[in-house]
Amino acid sequence: MQFIAAAANYLLGIPVLGWGDQIGFVYKGLLFLVALLIFTAYILLADRKIWAAVQVRRGPNVVGPFGLLQSFADLLKFLLKEPMIPASSDKIVFLLAPLVTSVLALSAWVVIPLDAGWALANINVGILYILAISSLGVYGIIMGGWASNSKYAFMGALRSAAQMVSYEVSIGFVIITVLLCVGSLNLSDIVLAQHQMGIAHALGVPWLSILDWFWLPLFPMFIVFFISALAETNRPPFDLPEAESELVAGFMVEYSSAPYLLFQLGEYISIQLMCAMTAILFLGGWASPIDLPPFNWVPGWIWFILKVCFVFFGFAMVKAFVPRYRYDQLMRIGWKVFLPLSLVAVVVVAGVLQLTGWGWHGGAM
Amino acid sequence: MTLALFFFYVFSIIAVASALMVIASRNPVHSVLFLILVFVNAAGLFMLAGAEFLALILIVVYVGAVAVLFLFVTMMLDVDFASLRQGMLQYAPVGVVVGVILLLELLLVGGSFVMAPQVSGASAVPIDHAVDNTRALGQVIYTRYVFLFQGAGAVLLVAMVGAIVLTLQHKANVKRQNIAHQTQRTRAEATELVKVKSGQGV
Repeated sequence: MQFIAAAANYLLGIPVLGWGDQIGFVYKGLLFLVALLIFTAYILLADRKIWAAVQVRRGPNVVGPFGLLQSFADLLKFLLKEPMIPASSDKIVFLLAPLVTSVLALSAWVVIPLDAGWALANINVGILYILAISSLGVYGIIMGGWASNSKYAFMGALRSAAQMVSYEVSIGFVIITVLLCVGSLNLSDIVLAQHQMGIAHALGVPWLSILDWFWLPLFPMFIVFFISALAETNRPPFDLPEAESELVAGFMVEYSSAPYLLFQLGEYISIQLMCAMTAILFLGGWASPIDLPPFNWVPGWIWFILKVCFVFFGFAMVKAFVPRYRYDQLMRIGWKVFLPLSLVAVVVVAGVLQLTGWGWHGGAM
Repeated sequence: MTLALFFFYVFSIIAVASALMVIASRNPVHSVLFLILVFVNAAGLFMLAGAEFLALILIVVYVGAVAVLFLFVTMMLDVDFASLRQGMLQYAPVGVVVGVILLLELLLVGGSFVMAPQVSGASAVPIDHAVDNTRALGQVIYTRYVFLFQGAGAVLLVAMVGAIVLTLQHKANVKRQNIAHQTQRTRAEATELVKVKSGQGV
């Protein structure tokens, strides 16, 4: 059958061996996956180290030099423990929930461009895809909380569902303000737009590309996005679904071993996804902050990773020094502050773009 | 068989099977989860048809928001399965009658449905394959159909306001938190410095 050959070429082709005309999607995907998982291990370690440093502790420092292998030791420990399944739980849904969380979190990374043309799938509606995947992420949590058949888990799931649905709205509006400036839903186009227009171009200093990025003209939206990203990923100070003082560990309370590991993995990968989204939408993606040598000799993906790390550092610092919100305060910020603010911003940005004719207009058209 | 056709069969078989499971499964939460699976597969079919914008909007709106609330409500239901099955025979005749009427209507509509040959040529907005479909939709919705679009939005807004009005209750004696008032408090009005003489207490 012809389509099998076409599919095999697309998925498994290796041009070096004289078979296929491009490197197979499977190999690229695997490489990306492994790199992402190793990065996650170190992001986890960084999170704990930064938290420890703020509290004047040492953090993990036993496994490997400076505790560098701590995450891998944790991984082994999680995998070797016995997975406990509560007797009265809904077993299929119980085991499906962590899988849903982690698989969805990983699948969103398909459209993230690490460098010019480095996205695994450079689709036209990339940002909608991310929005869709992150709106699905709530199912892992609800399913886990419900299937555990436990009060704490159920309360955590309910809180989390309400929280994620609420903050998705303001994230959506913030993304719309960026899209208005760009005129395209493609993530690579959003980055390219930040290379080719902006305040630095308007001031006549195009090499100072750090001023070109959208964080400056859309500064209030940048802040709203950062805080909404914290809430969307259930990070402290919005980690009410797993508030240990009230709910033990929220929706994860009945989980152990590998399913728990998958939940944690999914959570951290979606945190990195939000960091990457912040970098793409507001910090110029793979662009170097100053478009002059030696800065633009550094490959774009290194700048991208540095930006993701920078945003994550913000996440970690917020976790370290902000006390947890009360649930009604969280909802109030989402619906009464961020939603009107971002809605007004959409109208204002659209009006300004219409009146002044600024904007990148999608390159083409 | 092309790759697209293969995926069409995969998506549609899963969609139909899980649509059956929506009504077949005993547990209402499982039904909602299967319903979500149907939505996701329908989005896959949209994607295959080249309507990637519609596919992702379907996921964002239906799966990401509507079905979450669905799931919410069904999870909170306290369902007694034994009593559910008791009423089964009682309601079965009514259900069968409604089902038969629906089937007949569908057959009537389906049987008499004819596409006039000139329809595809006379469509209001011909499909331009050079323009990606997000842009194409925008060009049509915000120009030709702008009043219908705004009208649909107004209907939704009215429905939302209605729901809020129905559930909003103002009780007279409830103490409410006034955030602005709280955050605007100054130190002078919030704290009081009391000189306490030793041995006497406050």
